[in-house]
Amino acid sequence: MLQITQAEQDGTLTICLTGELDHHAARAAIGQAEDLLVLYPCEKLVLDLSGLTFMDSSGLAVVLHLHRTCARCGYDFVVRGTPPQPMRVFDAAGLPQVMIFERGE
Amino acid sequence: MRTVINKMSLKFESRSVNEAFARQSVGAFVAQLDPTMEELGDIKTVVSEAVTNAIVHGYADKTGFITVTVRLFAGRLLEIKIKDTGCGIENVEQARRPMFTTGDDTRSGMGFTIMETFTDKLRVRSAPGRGTIVTMVKLLRERGT
Repeated sequence: MLQITQAEQDGTLTICLTGELDHHAARAAIGQAEDLLVLYPCEKLVLDLSGLTFMDSSGLAVVLHLHRTCARCGYDFVVRGTPPQPMRVFDAAGLPQVMIFERGE
Repeated sequence: MRTVINKMSLKFESRSVNEAFARQSVGAFVAQLDPTMEELGDIKTVVSEAVTNAIVHGYADKTGFITVTVRLFAGRLLEIKIKDTGCGIENVEQARRPMFTTGDDTRSGMGFTIMETFTDKLRVRSAPGRGTIVTMVKLLRERGT
């Protein structure tokens, strides 16, 4: 199960993903994140993954999708607090070379 | 020839809700070898990738069965086999190429790359119209006593 929550402050929208991000959860995650970007116009999107307990390559598709959306809209995009297992998937795909990954809080 | 010390098999329908069931079951079974957190994460990830491929591509327009078989060998070696009897892969070499996908926007085309990176050996046997068998072998590190 994947839970999606958000917080908005000073032009920064933070979307937190908590639980397991796989193919089963990916479509809903993309849809909900896109809805939040419409509801909360911002200058920067922070995708907080510190609550993820599992992620496979479907998570790459979610992050790449949001990265593209932010680039198209002119928003900054940062991935924050990625735990070790999802980070291994990002590293294997080379994503840290094309977008910003920040440590914890 | 290494000695098989334990074996299990799971058969379930190709529904995306079963992706978590498959990886968690395999994770629970291999826990008896006392893998590191990183090894356990890698194993769950590659099972999730192969099962998702079977659901999304093998049984794209129908529901069928997926069989996951895990064999544990002496010397901390394990083999994971994921079999479907779906549509098969026309061009395995192309399918294994990074970023190649015929899936929708929830697919990154990195599934086989992840499977290759996180295991020691990956073999894909497929026959169009008959199905696909993905076999992965991983050697776990020795744990200190």
